[in-house]
Amino acid sequence: MGGLRYIDDVVTVQLDPDACNGCRMCTTVCPHGVFEMKDGRARLADRDACIECGACVRNCAAGALSVDPGVGCAAAVIQGWLTGTEPTCGC
Amino acid sequence: MSECCGPSPSCCGGAAEEYPYSEAPYLSGSVSTLFGEVPAVATGLTRADRLGTLRVRLGLRRSHYRIRPGLYAIGKPDDTTPVLVTANYKLSFDAVRSELAGRDAWLLVLDTQGVNVWCAAGKGTFGTDEVVRQIRETGLANIVGHFTVVLPQLGAPGVAAHEVRAATGFRVVYGPVRAADLPAFLNSQMHATPEMRRVRFGLTDRLTVTGTELAIVRDPRVLAGAAALLLAATLGWLSFPTVLLALTAGLAGLLAGALLVPIALPWIPGRAFSLKGALAGTVAGLALLATAGRTIDTAGSIALVLGVATISSFSAMNFTGASTYTSLSGVLWEMRRAVPLQLIAAISALVALVVSALW
Repeated sequence: MGGLRYIDDVVTVQLDPDACNGCRMCTTVCPHGVFEMKDGRARLADRDACIECGACVRNCAAGALSVDPGVGCAAAVIQGWLTGTEPTCGC
Repeated sequence: MSECCGPSPSCCGGAAEEYPYSEAPYLSGSVSTLFGEVPAVATGLTRADRLGTLRVRLGLRRSHYRIRPGLYAIGKPDDTTPVLVTANYKLSFDAVRSELAGRDAWLLVLDTQGVNVWCAAGKGTFGTDEVVRQIRETGLANIVGHFTVVLPQLGAPGVAAHEVRAATGFRVVYGPVRAADLPAFLNSQMHATPEMRRVRFGLTDRLTVTGTELAIVRDPRVLAGAAALLLAATLGWLSFPTVLLALTAGLAGLLAGALLVPIALPWIPGRAFSLKGALAGTVAGLALLATAGRTIDTAGSIALVLGVATISSFSAMNFTGASTYTSLSGVLWEMRRAVPLQLIAAISALVALVVSALW
């Protein structure tokens, strides 16, 4: 990521190692290298790099992952505050 | 709004919407299959394609840049040829087909309402249901024998590979993030290197999405506000120096936050975009002050620096949407801290401006 890091200790991604079936799908779909495989199971290698896109959760057939997915977009948040709705990308 | 996002889906229920598709100069005949004729597309981009890209990048007619969804042929594909899936945003379609020059491929275009892959995946229009629907409607199982579709990795937030397989029998293989890596991916038995799997935000990526917020200067409300200030000065209600100060602060803040911060992002201290913007704006404000010299009084000086810093902070914060490494939790974290401070700073700047004007 060329040294570009965002806020630490805030993201909502959770991994239940006991539920992981070792399919590696999360390591494939994550665009920020959040996961790595260790002893046949996924583990969080770089949790703070997560952007909460939800790709891993959607593709985890074992249901071992969870996240509050969303778009990291301030304009969408403001839109949500003004209209009293969830932040949605205005696109 | 951020570059990430395509056009607003002109929304809401009722019958399937008939929207305008771009002209299709990229079509080049058709290919016969067991399931009928499939339109063929050229891989070379024409002048019209490039002009269209430029126009969309400038924010014009983006919502009209759509491809008719469905199956397309590239080269002379047969039942063993790979199937690549993309969105019906023409920039996505162009990026994919232009990388496939000299190859045979099937291109399955999903109806994402003209929105790019990543944004559409976030909304779910590039999603499991649409993949399943297009596989069925195009009769893909009659056209290829390998039961594999290659999806762009950035489509993964919307598509559950295991659900597509359960519904259609087709195995989803996630290809590289960038279309430019498709040739290497296809040449290596569909193996994506870790590098191909990473989203980047290098200088080139940033330059591509920088400046979209500058379009606010074309906003009628902003133009009307500026005109009102100038009119007030002409009528003698406000002094010209005061109006000039306010307009300068506004423009400088916008340039610092929406242009300087995106370009110099890795080199400005801080993690929060609002903080980076405030720092860049303070420096820009002080530089302006140094240039203006003694022509501005103390209150005016405070108004200028605070004003530039605040507008820059707000503009930079809005760039989070165009960046590729921000999370919603992180954006909320910084906004809960920054927005109250921005409001206080904006009010203070206005008070200082009024004080400067009255003195």
